[in-house]
Amino acid sequence: MAIELHPLEQFTIEPLIPIHFGNVDASFTNSALFMVAAVVVASALMVLGSRRASLVPGRWQSLTEIAYEFIAGMIDENVGHEGQEYFPFIFTLFLFILLGNLLGMIPYGFTFTSHIIVTFAMAGVVFLGVTVIGIARHGFHFLSFFVPHGVPPVLLLLLVPIEVLSYFIRPFTLSIRLFANMMAGHTMLAIFAGFVTAMGIFGFVPLGVDVLLIFLEILVAVLQAYVFTILTCLYLRDAIHLH
Amino acid sequence: MPQLDLATFPPQLIWLLITFFALYAVMSWVGLPRVRGILAARKGRIDGDLEKATQMKSEAEAVIAAYEKALAEARMQAQITLRETTDRLNAEAAQRQAKVAEELARETTAAEKRIAEAKTQALGSLREVAIEVTRAAAQKLTGRDIDAQHAGAAVDQAMRERG
Repeated sequence: MAIELHPLEQFTIEPLIPIHFGNVDASFTNSALFMVAAVVVASALMVLGSRRASLVPGRWQSLTEIAYEFIAGMIDENVGHEGQEYFPFIFTLFLFILLGNLLGMIPYGFTFTSHIIVTFAMAGVVFLGVTVIGIARHGFHFLSFFVPHGVPPVLLLLLVPIEVLSYFIRPFTLSIRLFANMMAGHTMLAIFAGFVTAMGIFGFVPLGVDVLLIFLEILVAVLQAYVFTILTCLYLRDAIHLH
Repeated sequence: MPQLDLATFPPQLIWLLITFFALYAVMSWVGLPRVRGILAARKGRIDGDLEKATQMKSEAEAVIAAYEKALAEARMQAQITLRETTDRLNAEAAQRQAKVAEELARETTAAEKRIAEAKTQALGSLREVAIEVTRAAAQKLTGRDIDAQHAGAAVDQAMRERG
């Protein structure tokens, strides 16, 4: 009995509307479709949810307010009051990743956060932005971030390169964490789904596993959006307060 | 692994840029200011209500204090009035008692005078009776009529002798 599994096929980028600017391929793909869907759902949540502006919120308005206060609280706790300046960006980042992850859980859907280029682009923007903010606020003094306090000068020879390395590795760990989590989860779901038909009458076993995995993946989807956002907050705190 | 297909990078990056900025624009221009407005309005309303409640409470306390003060004053006034009335009534009673006692004394004096008059009168008529009795007795005994003058002198003498 040959089992044919193509668990990575689901990550294929398929152009839906081919668009080309000279040599540049700007086609509207399945990935782009879900990005647009994420924007539409997120906008609907925040714009329609706040439409009535009731003193006593209804269900949708409560959800809108909870999302707002969740991120506002996260920034206040992890960055401090100065962080509220960057609130719209961090809020957008959180909703965009959260909805990318969750919309990817829809069967036959596409998870754009399962592509390293997407997560790396976001992590790269966060890294560059945070570095620029740090330099703009502290100027040359920003370099003191790489020098730990209260350490013998000899050890600094060892510690400063480590600090520098751990700083520049941030965009990679940030992007790979999200991408790998999304890809691994969806691959696993596809593998078990492939077993369902292959195992014939015992197919209910991998089906049951998939049902449980779906719940786990929904949890991971929310958790990874949270992790990406809170790490962004922590990097921002480093840039603003230097330790 | 489709993730490493370099040819798919440009469209993904382009659409990521477009969609992310679209969401950023919607959030920073519409979504977030609205929610901020709602939350600020609610906070303002709650703070306003709390302030109003505090103000009302202090007002109520002032009213209670004024009421208690008025009550205490009224009590004091009532006590004063009560004392004044008691004093007045006591004085009136004493005055009336004195008047009654005086009248009583006067009546007693008058009564005593009347009694003394009656007694004198009674004593006066006793002499007449005694004279009559003497004359009657003398007539019976002697068969002679004694005139009233003689009899009167005899009675007077006898009365004097006997006190």
